[in-house]
Amino acid sequence: MQIRYAVFTPILCRTQRFNCAINNTRLQMLFTQTVPGAIYLLATVSPRLDRYITLVKAYKMSMELDVFVGNTTIMDMEVYQLWLDGLTVSDAVKVRMDEGALLECEANPEVLTSDTMDQFRTFQMCERLLHSPTKLGSQLLYQIPAQNQIILIERYYEFDSVFAREVLGKKLSKGTKKDLDDISCKTGITLKSCRRQFDNFKRVFKVVEELKGPLVENIQRHFLLSDTLARDYAAIVFFANSRFETGKRKLQYLSFQDFAFCAGQLISYWTIGAMDSMMEDMDVDLEKEFLNELKDLKVLVNDKDMMDQHKILVCAALRGKIKVYKLMEVNFKFIEPCRYDRWTVAEITLFLTHYTNAAHCLGTFRHQMIWDRYMGVIKSCILQMYHE
Amino acid sequence: MPGKLKAKIVAGRHLPVMDRASDLTDAFVEVKFGNTTFKTDVYPKSLNPQWNSEWFKFEVDDEDLQDEPLQITVLDHDTYSANDAIGKVYIDIDPLLSSEAATVISGWFPIYDTIHGIRGEINVLVKVDLFNDLNRFRQSSCGVKFFCTTSIPRCYRAALVHGFVEELVVNEDPEYQWIDRIRTPRASNEARQRLISLMSGELQRKIGLKVLEMGGNAVVGYLQCFDLEGESGLVVRAIGTACTLDKLIPGTASNTITHTNTAPASNACNSPSKEIKESPMAHGCRSSHNSPVHSACSSQRLSHSQNFSVSVPTLVFTGMGSGISVGKEAGPLKTLLRQQAQSALEQREFPFFTLTCFPPGFLVHIGGVVSARSVKLLDRIHNPDEPETRDAWWEEIRQEIKSHAKALGCHAVVGYSESTTICEEVCILSASGTAAMLNPRFMREGCLDAGGSDQRLSRQPPLGMVGSERAEGEVSSSWLGFDDASPPSCGFCHIPYDEFNMPFPAQLTYCYHCRRQKVPDVLFTTIDLPAEAAVTGKGCLIQARLCRTKKKAQGEVNATAISNLLPFMEYELHTQLMNKLKLRCMNALFGLRIQISVGENMLLGLASATGVYLSALPAPGGIQIAGKTPSDLSYDQHISTMQKRINDTIVMNKEFYNIHPPECIEEVVGSPIPDRQRSRLFRSTSESSDELSELDLSHGKKDAFVLEIDDTDAVEDIQSLLTDAPMPAGFYSCNTEVMPGIYNWTSGLQMFTSVRVYRLNNANLTNQGLNKIFTDLCENLLKSLYFKLRSMIPCCLCHLNFTVAVPEEELIQVAVTAVAMSFDKETQLAADKALNKGSGENEEQLQFSMELCGESTSSNNQPTAKPSGLPESAMTHSSSRDRCSTWLELLRLKAHTIRRGSVKTSRRTQSLANSVSSSERCSPLPEVRSRSLRSTRSLPCGAPVTVVKMTPLSFLPRTRIVKYLGIINMFFIRETTSLREEGGVSGFLHSFIAEVFAMVRAHVAALGGNAVVSYSMKECVFMENPNKNQAQCLINVSGDAVIFVRESDQEAIPPLITSGQTSTTGADGTT
Repeated sequence: MQIRYAVFTPILCRTQRFNCAINNTRLQMLFTQTVPGAIYLLATVSPRLDRYITLVKAYKMSMELDVFVGNTTIMDMEVYQLWLDGLTVSDAVKVRMDEGALLECEANPEVLTSDTMDQFRTFQMCERLLHSPTKLGSQLLYQIPAQNQIILIERYYEFDSVFAREVLGKKLSKGTKKDLDDISCKTGITLKSCRRQFDNFKRVFKVVEELKGPLVENIQRHFLLSDTLARDYAAIVFFANSRFETGKRKLQYLSFQDFAFCAGQLISYWTIGAMDSMMEDMDVDLEKEFLNELKDLKVLVNDKDMMDQHKILVCAALRGKIKVYKLMEVNFKFIEPCRYDRWTVAEITLFLTHYTNAAHCLGTFRHQMIWDRYMGVIKSCILQMYHE
Repeated sequence: MPGKLKAKIVAGRHLPVMDRASDLTDAFVEVKFGNTTFKTDVYPKSLNPQWNSEWFKFEVDDEDLQDEPLQITVLDHDTYSANDAIGKVYIDIDPLLSSEAATVISGWFPIYDTIHGIRGEINVLVKVDLFNDLNRFRQSSCGVKFFCTTSIPRCYRAALVHGFVEELVVNEDPEYQWIDRIRTPRASNEARQRLISLMSGELQRKIGLKVLEMGGNAVVGYLQCFDLEGESGLVVRAIGTACTLDKLIPGTASNTITHTNTAPASNACNSPSKEIKESPMAHGCRSSHNSPVHSACSSQRLSHSQNFSVSVPTLVFTGMGSGISVGKEAGPLKTLLRQQAQSALEQREFPFFTLTCFPPGFLVHIGGVVSARSVKLLDRIHNPDEPETRDAWWEEIRQEIKSHAKALGCHAVVGYSESTTICEEVCILSASGTAAMLNPRFMREGCLDAGGSDQRLSRQPPLGMVGSERAEGEVSSSWLGFDDASPPSCGFCHIPYDEFNMPFPAQLTYCYHCRRQKVPDVLFTTIDLPAEAAVTGKGCLIQARLCRTKKKAQGEVNATAISNLLPFMEYELHTQLMNKLKLRCMNALFGLRIQISVGENMLLGLASATGVYLSALPAPGGIQIAGKTPSDLSYDQHISTMQKRINDTIVMNKEFYNIHPPECIEEVVGSPIPDRQRSRLFRSTSESSDELSELDLSHGKKDAFVLEIDDTDAVEDIQSLLTDAPMPAGFYSCNTEVMPGIYNWTSGLQMFTSVRVYRLNNANLTNQGLNKIFTDLCENLLKSLYFKLRSMIPCCLCHLNFTVAVPEEELIQVAVTAVAMSFDKETQLAADKALNKGSGENEEQLQFSMELCGESTSSNNQPTAKPSGLPESAMTHSSSRDRCSTWLELLRLKAHTIRRGSVKTSRRTQSLANSVSSSERCSPLPEVRSRSLRSTRSLPCGAPVTVVKMTPLSFLPRTRIVKYLGIINMFFIRETTSLREEGGVSGFLHSFIAEVFAMVRAHVAALGGNAVVSYSMKECVFMENPNKNQAQCLINVSGDAVIFVRESDQEAIPPLITSGQTSTTGADGTT
């Protein structure tokens, strides 16, 4: 027998036991194949498999090529998730083993490795199609059942909100892409996965940026995503376009969902598309006219008289100042003191309702419509953002 | 002008970007047929061009229509330089030439380039107007239908089976022409693809002419192959069975349901009941392993063989390949010929049939497998460009087969196939089939039907047969008279040869079914299990694998070396098959396929077959190991432990495959294998007293006193016997069309192709080392397949045929194309339960304990619950328990042991495993997935791309084929010079196979079909040069495009009911 080399590894697979003699020394030998292509002889230290075991390589044969192609493309969605998470084949095999994949169908590590590699390759080959999901349905190369297509696309475009929070408001440029390894370190998401998510953001952004019509629908039409996911993407596109400063330290505590909600509100009420769906413009930008009109609302803040009056009417401390353009700051500047004073959500709601209604009672205040449109969004945003 | 071909180019989509500057393409299309070319306009700056061209019309001879493909080339217009080719589509016009097949070809075709693969799609419309031509001397054979299916196609009935047709055409291989040195790889590949397309067209036309000459209108079981001989040329050859087919009127066709799930279902009224009825009658089995061989070698050497005819390969001495067959021609023929039967076939040169599936009554008797091999040297062909030499070679082999069949007392060969393996200048030609006696009625004016449900016919007495039987002096009128409605289900098992003048020594017993005729103890065949056959339990795939090293040599020396090795390999493969068959307690092999592949320094042999227990045949004996030196005590001990393991395995297998012939049950109680039944498997001495030899770790332990071959054989046999991993719960496998014992298929199926290439890094391996590697390789591939397809459990892998090749020195390539079909475990369970009814009184109790066992196991991984009240459950298995470390396996073992005591079906385990694996914890696959695999029915119908099912079988479960649209026969070459970038060899081949599937599907969809049946991948030649970052692959696929309609669920229920009824009768008989 030729002993090529010996390695140490914790044993993790089912083995067949043989009695075997080497150099007149009787050893309990285990015969197995742990790594594809290699036949190993394992000399056990103890008959129980909980200790380290010497692996002695006896023969070598390597798998040069290994493919499995089904007429219907077989896709294991658990493995798909591992692939999406950016794991390497060997890491994925480990995870699958930990999850008990070896108990199925009398599998061994070699079978599992082969299957994982094959699945990863399949996903990699399909990735090109996932970049333009509408193609997936009309392409002829892979016969994938419709339900699976939906899952494939949806999962591919799903993202980690932690990651999205990091990227939110940043320019989806090459520069940001270079910072991805920092984000990867910070969030614990693999770089590969970060890249995929970033590229998805960018791809969606590029496609819908110039498109007319409702943003969410556009995303759904071009990327065949579910309603919720499409809304999340709409938020990302919205923030990427208007580049709100979401990275400020004071805003750190806000999650992606908070921002997504706000974006949803803004898109619904403050963009041109929101007012008139037949308009030629799009959802991405805030309505200019409306923003200008908002300036008129400043009277509430600027006009001392009016403000005082309003103050009285609201019967509450108005420490919040109102600024038009920097919406987030507005919200924040309102929220922080409240947080400081430990207001409850109910109190806030009450306050905001009164605050809104009080303006109507101001005789000198003329911009009722604008005020409602403004406050409706502000109110829901504030409520969303008001948490620990 | 007998034909007008019209083509219209509609649109393109997903085209590749050809102009980097604009990221767009200016595409136009060239449509070429013969020497005529048309062009569309350039559709500028689009990846989705809409040409909407006029109808391009080609006025051509129908001869050309048959030979030539329509060639569509998509190009990118370039004002300044030459136009760049995007890719091509070849469309075979043949399906449009038959009035009964497709009428129009219309759909999206992938645009294929041999270097880049699929690059977008093109929408094409093709029609043919044929004018009636009454020219008697025409060269075309338009209208002759071709079928790959090796049975009478489902919506036809055969009015007449004419017989064997063959043809062979030769051409220079473009790859070896001088011009290949100066042209691009793309041009070379395209020349090759085009040539092969032309050659297969020509071949088909010529075969069609032969069919017309014989008076037929169709070729069934059409098998076309390529021989890439290299320097000496490129051969395309085909064989088939000429028939006259009548189309069934749709109304009647639906009655002859045909394929459904189930052979038993289609002839519900006769055969299924037999399955049980006969078993009780069988008792007092007397069988011994014996050695009947009609063979070239000394009968001593081949003394284990049975019904097996080996022709020693002949060596070529002269250029004209006139080999000297060493084989004894002379199996003594029966003195009394079955004249009537003979006469029908005698007129034919070769009474061969490529069919593997026959209607009841067609097969009268089966003699056994006949095969012949011949080693030839390709560089000795006088006129390489002419087919004469190859014709002569095949003629010679066929003659040999014919004489082998005669020696077995048979006048025909069924399930006939031919193959070659080429390595450098050495070529091995092989042919094999099953010697059989046929009912001559079918060859004359009678007719036979597809699913074998035509009762009227099969009831009519086969005249020729009656005569022949009388001649034998066996009074058999009672079953030959056919007064009672059904044909005997055991008839085909009866020996065709003369009992007192046998071609080989065989152990004969009276048939266990009819008790009138003699049957052999083991039956090997290349055909599918006849529908009427009565089978006990389930079948399984049996493989024999063998690797033999060979010295590198050239020319004659090499050929001699190979010739010398071949008979030994055949013999060893045969012994392995025999032992494995016995280990599974079975007595017959169906669908036997032996492949021998030559490499520069080794020979690979792989035999696959489906083993079954034929109720008409005696129970197989066990296996006994005998040492030659009984002096050594420890050695004896070793032998006895081995013997015990083997016995245990046999018992386990009996349970697993549900083989419970009445007499076996009695025997199991005592000693598992009575002495009188044991076959001997001699094993020579060895110093080590343990399984060391199995690992083949020791050198120099050869015993000089013992025949080396016998020694290693025995060791290897034991090794291969015991290392064959059992199938995971929920899986069955076979290499035939249907699995005996499983009737209730669901519509869920998954066809797949898997290819593996292994590199042997250790140059100087011994035979045993190689064998071990080869066996592991096959076993691992199977394991991977099971794992991959686990979401389909319970399922059966059908048509599981491996193809081995030695593409290069130290490389082993294994390719497999098969279909996984899931079946309904509930109904199967019910059927099985019914089968065992009457013996399982404590069934409820059992079931409970089983569940208990399962639960406890899954909960704490330590099965504690022991079923009480069951006779010696785990005792016998204590030894094997430590070998299994997964709880699932434990569970299975447990289930086995539990079932030992009672008469519980093996299905029980399976269902248990199923229920466990379908629970979330064990099967990680989301519900959606498994559901989608199981049936595409749940798919939304608005899917943009037609779903095309593919299967290597001739039917789709739970569906009815309503129309055959024509043969699919495609040849593709793919080459890359950027292997690494395409994901290495695996990535390259993966995408190529996916592309081939896609192109097959697209062609079928364009013909208006929704499935391919009898699909096969004939050739998969893979070559790589990783250093140059290059690889090339050739794939040839074929099949029948069909339209199927789904059977309503109501229609699909009868199988269950019938099997239920069946079992009841059977149970009654048992009690």
